[in-house]
Amino acid sequence: MTDTAIRPVLSAEGIRKNFGAVEVLKGISVEARRGDVISMIGASGSGKSTFLRCLNLLERPTAGRIEIAGEALALKPDGQGDLEAADTAQLRRLRSRVSMVFQQFNLWAHMTALDNVVEAPVQVLGLPRKDAVTRAEHYLERVGVAHRKNAYPAFLSGGEQQRVAIARALAMEPEVMLFDEPTSALDPELVGEVLRVMRTLAEEGRTMIVVTHEMAFARDVSNRVVFLHQGLIEEEGDPQTVLRTPTSPRLQAFLSNTQR
Amino acid sequence: MLHGYLPAILGGLQSTLAVAATSLAIACVFGILGAAAKLSASRAARTVAGVYTTIIRGVPDLVLMLLIFYGGQIAINRLADAAGWGYVDINPFIAGTATLGFIFGAFLTETFRGAILAIPRGQMEAGQAFGLSRGQVMRRITLPQMVRHAIPGFTNSWLVMLKASALVSIIGLDDMVHRASLASAATRQPFTFYAAVALIYLALTTISILGLRWVEARYSLGVRKVEFK
Repeated sequence: MTDTAIRPVLSAEGIRKNFGAVEVLKGISVEARRGDVISMIGASGSGKSTFLRCLNLLERPTAGRIEIAGEALALKPDGQGDLEAADTAQLRRLRSRVSMVFQQFNLWAHMTALDNVVEAPVQVLGLPRKDAVTRAEHYLERVGVAHRKNAYPAFLSGGEQQRVAIARALAMEPEVMLFDEPTSALDPELVGEVLRVMRTLAEEGRTMIVVTHEMAFARDVSNRVVFLHQGLIEEEGDPQTVLRTPTSPRLQAFLSNTQR
Repeated sequence: MLHGYLPAILGGLQSTLAVAATSLAIACVFGILGAAAKLSASRAARTVAGVYTTIIRGVPDLVLMLLIFYGGQIAINRLADAAGWGYVDINPFIAGTATLGFIFGAFLTETFRGAILAIPRGQMEAGQAFGLSRGQVMRRITLPQMVRHAIPGFTNSWLVMLKASALVSIIGLDDMVHRASLASAATRQPFTFYAAVALIYLALTTISILGLRWVEARYSLGVRKVEFK
């Protein structure tokens, strides 16, 4: 095995986050190795989205260490009790290797589906536009929305928008993809098309960290499940074990409440 | 029909347009600074911008113009006296455009602020998450969408400002209205000359509306129109 297979693609150590006096994250460590698909589950308010947003510094952690592709993200106090990037150029570079898919899609409304996917590779990676278009068309095809490439987001269904958002994330050819409740804003009949795409990405061996309420996805697709409760990891491990025979009473209660 | 005064009035049109365009540029600068201040994290900046928009939007344009032009003239000359300089004459073009720009900057502050707030925050966040710099997010994501949200309010402010530019004639600027008043006094035909000026203003505003409508359409690609049925 080469070194890169052993070293984690992303590691977060002791992430804490306070919002005022409220401690939302109380020290969470997660490590993703190449090909890992980690599902983060937990009740709303357990801090799972906040944790994910700390990984690319959309949220400033109060304490902790983040390492992406073996490179530690330089952090310094921001003067308000949290940590901010010490080197904005490094932050941008590391962010470009960690793409994110949002609950509300967050596609850029003034750009067509194609332009949404072309934007960051051109602006951030410095790809020539022609190459970026080829790449974008390839990934739009992959997620099955190539026929809608000239449509603006407002004219796409929720499922189509989220698949464009996934293509946008893929086009960065990132080390790791972060999914923040990617199906929570979708109508029930549109959830399947997005989950199918995510399943094929997992099968390709992409590294993914997924905050989700989809227990079937967590059980069948991911190779590790992390259950958060009140800002701490309450239980984690292999999904078959963790979800079939949970040891923590809180996870047992959570799972029985999510049975549908 | 205009007793040979047409060239003179059209000459005044030039200065009307110069006043309006310069005032607009100044107003845009104040508007962007004001909007940035109102949305900034700094309490002091928000307070200054709040005082600015409250006072300026609450006092008549004419009063402000007289206040700044005559009051400013006296203030500057007191200062000049104290500093031992001679009499300073304020250039009416500079005074007029600065005043109009300052006034309409307050209106544009609110227009721009609303336009920025109308863009979902998540879109800026997505830009950051993909590694775009602050400037790139501003240029590529915020500004193009802000233009669309700002155009209706901007059009209003521009029309009002274009018309308010007639006020500079009272501080002695030789614009279209000033020339029309001279011509009407000389010929004793006020209706003819003011009607001619009114038509020219109407032509300018109509062209502006059409132009800005085109800009709005250009920046509204990707927007689903709301239809009332």
